[in-house]
Amino acid sequence: MNDVTFPLRWRIVLIAPALAVFIAFWLLPMGALAQLSGNAHPFDTYRALLANPRYMTSLGATVLLSAAVTAATLVLSVISGLLLARREFPGKRTLLALLTFPLAFPGVVVGFMVIMLAGRQGLLGALSLKLAGDRWVFAYSMSGLFLGYLYFSIPRVIVTVMASASKLDASLEEAARSLGASPWQIMRDIVLPALSPGLVAAGAICFATSMGAFGTAFTLATDIDVLPMTIYTEFTLNANMVTAAGLSIVLGIVTWLVLALARSVTGSAVAASA
Amino acid sequence: MNSVSHTATPPSGPSAPSAPSPRRRALPRPSSRTLLAAGQWLVTLVLCAFLIVPVVMSILAGLTVNYFKGVSSGLTLRWLVEVWTQYHASVFLSLEVAAATLAITLVTGVPAGYVLARSKTRAARIVEEFLVLPIALPGLASALALLVVYGGFTMFRMSVWFIVAGHVVFTLPFMVRAVAAVCASADLRTLEEGAASLGARFLQRFVTIVLPNVRPGIVAGALAVVTLSIGEFNLTWMLHTPDTKTLPVGLADTYASLRIEIGSAYTILFFIMTMPLLVAMQWLGVDATGQRGTTARRRRALRSTRPNDTP
Repeated sequence: MNDVTFPLRWRIVLIAPALAVFIAFWLLPMGALAQLSGNAHPFDTYRALLANPRYMTSLGATVLLSAAVTAATLVLSVISGLLLARREFPGKRTLLALLTFPLAFPGVVVGFMVIMLAGRQGLLGALSLKLAGDRWVFAYSMSGLFLGYLYFSIPRVIVTVMASASKLDASLEEAARSLGASPWQIMRDIVLPALSPGLVAAGAICFATSMGAFGTAFTLATDIDVLPMTIYTEFTLNANMVTAAGLSIVLGIVTWLVLALARSVTGSAVAASA
Repeated sequence: MNSVSHTATPPSGPSAPSAPSPRRRALPRPSSRTLLAAGQWLVTLVLCAFLIVPVVMSILAGLTVNYFKGVSSGLTLRWLVEVWTQYHASVFLSLEVAAATLAITLVTGVPAGYVLARSKTRAARIVEEFLVLPIALPGLASALALLVVYGGFTMFRMSVWFIVAGHVVFTLPFMVRAVAAVCASADLRTLEEGAASLGARFLQRFVTIVLPNVRPGIVAGALAVVTLSIGEFNLTWMLHTPDTKTLPVGLADTYASLRIEIGSAYTILFFIMTMPLLVAMQWLGVDATGQRGTTARRRRALRSTRPNDTP
């Protein structure tokens, strides 16, 4: 049916500013970046890049770390999110506010929080010293980074899980319980399948954010081997613009592939709920 | 006759049922559920502690005289004063960048959100996909891309507007999505058709019908944009110059080089800046994606389609 109130001419006029800004400051620059990374011989350059063991271990470590963080976040968020979505208790709003407060933190602040917890004067170190006699300091390694990524992923995913959980049909669970299903069976056969589109969407966003996160690794140490740090070192210390550009493109493509995969599994839920 | 006696028995016990035994058989099940609930509570409280304890620790650290000695060494505002004298420029710069970013995203994002929500064409979906890319791809890549193309224009590159450009590209999708979400749920088309049939021109309709009705989306998007801009680090770190240091960039500097008390005091400043925004978002029901919750949207949609003046 013809939409008489919104002619095509006006649609173009209204979307033109956004498109202009986007094209001028993102699309064209990304094209230039891709061209620069090719360095006149794109096939050879990329083949050399992908064959370089140092960069590929960096990429592999980043993918593994992001996957581990996503898995841990999903598990913890489902356990917590179901409780928070279903139950009403005094102080619930305060608890929710506390849980979502870290949403606004940049990566550097998250890194600082990890140092507070697990650094040389950290809380966990002091506790382990009292309990086990050995100070537990792990902020400046992959485990510290894992903790940091967990720190900024959990608030985001819990919010999404709560939103999905609130749409669950309680009558299905009640029916299952009345037929004698154990809580684990209910979780496995009813709750998790119903939550899974939201979980896949939230997990994809969590993965993408962890892949591209830079601030946390930067604060914790400059020699943690994740791809954003490698790109940064290539760019600033080695002034190797071509490699930095190429690695950024590779990182971007891997991230985009995961998001596209998640979207094909769940329909357009990923873009809509990101 | 048989059915009368059988109704008093549970379905799982056909032989010799008596009143107390169903209750005894049912006892183990609640306790496993309470165990599960207790487990959930434990996980939730541990997560809360994990998220909040470092924040409290850093606030305390920024207020103590000596972090290594702890609170016993006394509380002081000295570090806050020191941080403010050295770094207040970064606070104001962050606010300026956020304001500029908000202004640009309002002008570009609100109309774009409206177009994307109202257009059902393939072209609109493709444009939507593209607009989301800057947040899907790493911020580092976007920053490098900007440097490659605009690094040569020294005036632009050294000015605050370079950072604003990066922030706008990064936050535009949030504004567009927030506005599009509200546009899609409120039945704008009927209202607009009614206005058009009464002779209102397009601009009149846009200003008097569309904008007021999507105001919740605009507010939600604005809050998301400002919060993201104040906290943006990945892009800003690559784009900044010594003259254009925003708050997160200053934070990274102090964490690396200065005393932990100064870093903590600077973090306190950051908390003070973002706390009001987060409280406003929580109060208005804006979620992590910059959109309002479904019930709020439905309520608003209902309110907008209800006639509010009687003939």
